[in-house]
Amino acid sequence: MNVVEWLPFSVLVPLIAAPVCALLPGRTAPWLLAWLSALVSLLIMAIALPLLWQGQVSYPFGNWPPPIGIEYRVDAANGLVALLVAAVAGFVLPWARIINNFEVPERQGIFYALFLLSFAGLMGITLTGDAFNVFVFLEISALSTYALIAHGQDRRALLASFRYLIIGTVGATFLLIGIGFLYMMTGTLNMADLAERLPEVRDTSTVRASLAFILVGLGLKLALFPLHLWLPNAYTFAPNFITTFLAATATKVALYVMLRFVFTVFGYDYSFVALPLTGLLLTLAIAGMFAGSWVAMFQQNLKRMLAYSSVAQVGYMVLGIALATSAGLTAGMLHLFNHALMKGALFMALGTLFWRVGSVRLDDLAGIGREMPWTMTAFALAGLSLIGVPLTAGFVSKWYLIVAAMEAGQAWLVILIVITSLMAIYYVWRVIEAAWFSAAPETRTPVSEAPLSLLIPLYVVVAANFWFGIDTRLSVGGAEAAARALLGGSP
Amino acid sequence: MRTNGILRVIARFLIPLIMLFGLYIQFHGEYSPGGGFQAGVVFAAAWILFALIYGLDAALAVISQRAQFVLACLGALLYAFVGLLGVMLGGRFLDFRPLLESPQAAQQAGIIAVEFGVGVTVAACSMLFFTFFARRKREIDAVEAGGAD
Amino acid sequence: MAWLGHFNYWIVVILMMIGFYAVIARGNMVKKIMGLNLFQTSVFIMFISAGKIIGGSTPVLREGVTVYSNPLPHVLILTAIVVGVATTATGLALAVRIREAYGTIEDDELVDPANQRPGETRLDGHAGKGDTPR
Repeated sequence: MNVVEWLPFSVLVPLIAAPVCALLPGRTAPWLLAWLSALVSLLIMAIALPLLWQGQVSYPFGNWPPPIGIEYRVDAANGLVALLVAAVAGFVLPWARIINNFEVPERQGIFYALFLLSFAGLMGITLTGDAFNVFVFLEISALSTYALIAHGQDRRALLASFRYLIIGTVGATFLLIGIGFLYMMTGTLNMADLAERLPEVRDTSTVRASLAFILVGLGLKLALFPLHLWLPNAYTFAPNFITTFLAATATKVALYVMLRFVFTVFGYDYSFVALPLTGLLLTLAIAGMFAGSWVAMFQQNLKRMLAYSSVAQVGYMVLGIALATSAGLTAGMLHLFNHALMKGALFMALGTLFWRVGSVRLDDLAGIGREMPWTMTAFALAGLSLIGVPLTAGFVSKWYLIVAAMEAGQAWLVILIVITSLMAIYYVWRVIEAAWFSAAPETRTPVSEAPLSLLIPLYVVVAANFWFGIDTRLSVGGAEAAARALLGGSP
Repeated sequence: MRTNGILRVIARFLIPLIMLFGLYIQFHGEYSPGGGFQAGVVFAAAWILFALIYGLDAALAVISQRAQFVLACLGALLYAFVGLLGVMLGGRFLDFRPLLESPQAAQQAGIIAVEFGVGVTVAACSMLFFTFFARRKREIDAVEAGGAD
Repeated sequence: MAWLGHFNYWIVVILMMIGFYAVIARGNMVKKIMGLNLFQTSVFIMFISAGKIIGGSTPVLREGVTVYSNPLPHVLILTAIVVGVATTATGLALAVRIREAYGTIEDDELVDPANQRPGETRLDGHAGKGDTPR
């Protein structure tokens, strides 16, 4: 059985399950269908990954050969990202059942159908080799995400979703304009074919404008500073399951698309040598790191704090990529993988706390460490990974980032990374101190620990943080293979 | 608007024509401009015209909200099924060549089936847009009246 | 006067800027959605007008025609139009829900601190009444 023939089913199974899920009544059936679809996708990507480390594979839809037809072209870079997205869905869904029964009690068939569409959209963006297909799947996942965010209990979720809709649609339209310019200059939409045809028409202002539009459009989706304004509200007011899923996947996939366009379609020589992309991305990355960490230090709402922390972490990823060396790209992809684990665990812990306490504000959660020790320990361990303590996944990615910066001769970047890590220590310590060393507020009724059905999935993700901090074959190996595939040149 | 004679007469004349035109666009999609999306929207426009003239209740008696929702899902599933048929018969997803003997007939059959699924879904979704927006005021009034009791 | 030959691109730019201005500068949500629609429509016009080949006929295969206009942009834009319709529907549905939850859809009134307090999103009063933890 050739796994290449089954590769598009990691997108098709959730996509087909979505209309079926919308028709299912009750609560357990939609959740079960969603979880099984995620597991199927995860299984396919896990089996395919070793094959992808050796080279790229192609699946032409309808048997139409590539430049004519649409194909899925998967190599080590998008294989890693697709595996990550499927793994996040597969491991967070068991935790999400009880959480969703509390936060989104009605019409769960439609809720899980929207989730499956968002998940299938993200997988489709990652696996496709056609530029316009990227736009279509981007809009599929974005539209379902707007609807999912609006399911939040607080009415400000509606405003957050609306704002995200406006900004996200402008971003997607910019991407469409960029793709349109590329099509007008070369006559093709297939990314590999574009890479071959672009060098002749590279010096026209159309192609430069195309790169600019694509970067801005993807920057809006990726929450690159200063285009991140939609993110804090969207993450804070969405249902906790959606926040966890989005924080771990949505920005990563947009980052991957940016990498694909910048390195494969436009090519390293054009993007980084002929144009000053390094300086631009470096500036925005550093600004994002500092702005995100700084604002996170002063937040009372813990979800909002972690949302701003995500903006800072995106800055780290773009920092590694802006260096445009093999080491820098490896560091960026590695942080893409590890950050999903960190933020996934943190938001899962917060969601569990919210389920018991009903609030995620720091003053409401004071003293919770004594009442829910296991959950807070999980939060603390994931926080250690976020800071970058040795033996955790966060340390590995910060290490590679520092090594990449020194190799590129930019030692001053190391100082910036260390300063922002100190800020991370501050905002994580604030939570730990409030949880264990403060008295509980009188207004809160004492709560008991979360049940095992929530703790076990939570600790699986927390354990993954430590596993990938010690055994880095999958994360570092995958990131290195991805960097080779992106820089290696031949599309 | 039900009481206005001119509107009723014109609507009675136009609605079947609009639906016929929608079907024409649907089935001409595979060799001339047309196809699922346009046909679905035109078909839904005919239903919406009916709802505007004769009232929402009469229109929902024709196709209820639940039927619209189920049709939307079934159309997408028809598209997926035709695609999977290609895989089951030995080709790739959305490969129409294994469906019939002659390649031209196979492509035509595949495109018509797929576009029909798209047309059903688009028509049902457009009708759903109208239904959801039009029923909102009534739902809110019912909830507020129920809450006040 | 080469710029006169590019009049389709001028129209695209003018429409795009009008739409974009409406999205950024108008506070009413429905106006923002309409601006977004205008912005997307200008992009569609750009694609389709770029696909037209001067002297080409409609892209339907028939006898005696050698030059056809490019049909691919039409297919792409058809998909993009449907995406635009779905976005508009979602935006309008959100505007209706916001109107119900806040009583207004004007940005100036929405950023009023009085409206920044949390509130119920569902008018049927079912918000947060799911399974409470034991």
